[in-house]
Amino acid sequence: MSAFDAGPTLDPTRPLIAAGNLRRRRRMDLLMRGVATAAAGVAVAILLIVIVTVAGKGASQLSISFLVKDPSVGIGAVGGGIASAIVGTGLIVALATVMALPVGVLIAIYLTEFSTPRTARPIRLVLDLLNGMPSIVIGVFVYGLLIEGHQQAGWAGSFALSIIMVPLVARATGEMLQLVPRELREASHALGISRWRTIVGIVLPSSLGGILTGTVLAIARAAGETAPLLFTSSIFSNSTTVNIFGTALPNIPYLIFQDSESAFPADHARAWGAALVLIVFILIGNLGARAMLARQRRKIVSL
Amino acid sequence: MEGSQPETDASTAPPLAALAITSREHTDVTTRDVVFDLRDVDLYYGATMAVSGLNMQVHKNVITAMIGPSGCGKSTVVRTLNRMNDSIPGFRVSGEVLYHDHDVYASGVDPVEVRRRIGMVFQRPNPFPKSIYDNIAWAARLLGLKQNLDERVERALRGAALWDEVKDRLKGSALGLSGGQQQRLCIARAIAIEPDVLLLDEPCSALDPIATALVEELMQDLKKAYTLVIVTHNMQQAARVAERTAFFSLDVSGGKRTGVLVEYDDTEKLFTRPSDKRTEDYVTGRFG
Repeated sequence: MSAFDAGPTLDPTRPLIAAGNLRRRRRMDLLMRGVATAAAGVAVAILLIVIVTVAGKGASQLSISFLVKDPSVGIGAVGGGIASAIVGTGLIVALATVMALPVGVLIAIYLTEFSTPRTARPIRLVLDLLNGMPSIVIGVFVYGLLIEGHQQAGWAGSFALSIIMVPLVARATGEMLQLVPRELREASHALGISRWRTIVGIVLPSSLGGILTGTVLAIARAAGETAPLLFTSSIFSNSTTVNIFGTALPNIPYLIFQDSESAFPADHARAWGAALVLIVFILIGNLGARAMLARQRRKIVSL
Repeated sequence: MEGSQPETDASTAPPLAALAITSREHTDVTTRDVVFDLRDVDLYYGATMAVSGLNMQVHKNVITAMIGPSGCGKSTVVRTLNRMNDSIPGFRVSGEVLYHDHDVYASGVDPVEVRRRIGMVFQRPNPFPKSIYDNIAWAARLLGLKQNLDERVERALRGAALWDEVKDRLKGSALGLSGGQQQRLCIARAIAIEPDVLLLDEPCSALDPIATALVEELMQDLKKAYTLVIVTHNMQQAARVAERTAFFSLDVSGGKRTGVLVEYDDTEKLFTRPSDKRTEDYVTGRFG
């Protein structure tokens, strides 16, 4: 004898409209859907508010001369462009990428292709910890390692930024390498191709788009980091220089920080302008990388 | 009752009633050179014995089929022949796997060189995400076969009966081909580097019957130049293409499931006059 012997308690012929506690359940359903949608909206809104605010305050500064002129120098001089900081940030980040990209990619290759679970787990943990390391700590570490007793130099800033970039590049690359099907590696091995050749010829090209995107995201993150540069590349003259190994280079994040502390409204305005330039660079890089990734995917799938 | 089809009733049908073995020349292929000689081979994954007590010989320019139920270790065996199992943690071989009298698992043997001579085609077509041309030329170039590369690519594609379908789009992505074309491209890729042996691990299981027929036809051409070993779920396929067939089964005695080679003979004999009861049960469809 089971509880179901009494037959159905509902009337199957009733019209199929909400009744009983279904009304309440439906309201709850709607409410929760609204809350979740709103949370997603908040993320979009924050980005928009930041962009609109920075653009609103910085757009008036933007002009050709703002981009190609150095800040005015001399006692009491205010205003001028940010050319030296754009060049400096470009150089520092480029050198940081040159240092971080191969290391990050090689770490990812080790993790996905050569490690055993026993060695992979601690290395992944180390990468996560490094990723979570406060950038000011990395800055002070590089200061102690390279600057203390010496002069500040742009390449030391690059080194500090590359420490921030390595775990990001390694993570993004590793995730892409894991997506490359085992069947492709086997196909290559079955042709008498060595492991390393398989990685270089099949695995890396298949995941190139992802590596690129990961790198651009790491660049975007590093380009805005201020704390490491505070210790390594903050005492600079305001003229454009490419002497990355000799002197500290002007750079956008520190310029924003410096100008925002200034007593002169013209410097504040320049800080907003520089912030807008930095955001635009990062957005262009980000969207550009995504577009390239999409194009590469299409190229592989179609044709 | 329903239509009087005697072959639908497996229990009363004579073995092979449904299998059309076309009359083949009755030459004794076992007199040909021995390519693989497996002596008392046991295969392990960790502590589990996957295949035990394997003794068999594979002969030159012969298609040898391996059939048997799922999990009986036939794929494991074929992947053992060119050391494709090396990358599986815990995999271990005991006994001798001799290839032209060289032990494939002797110390000092380079697995890369083993695989260069013993090519493989897999269950699912796995072309590289490169152009059709580069799928074939890439490995050839790396292996130092750089001369007359265009000609080599064409020869491989013709050998795999794919040339006419792709000759106008060699620079196009291999991923744009159909499944059957992709599998023939994988065969072309394997024969482009002129191996000695071609192992095929269920090469048609992802293909439709028309593509399957093309690949089977291709195998008959390839055996003139190569030694072929094919693993297949499909008994009819073994009956159609192979001169020699090995039937593997699962030995479940003692609570362990171990793959064993039950019977290895000329295909026609194995399907029509099997000497082991388990083989007969399997080929007549009485198997569990």
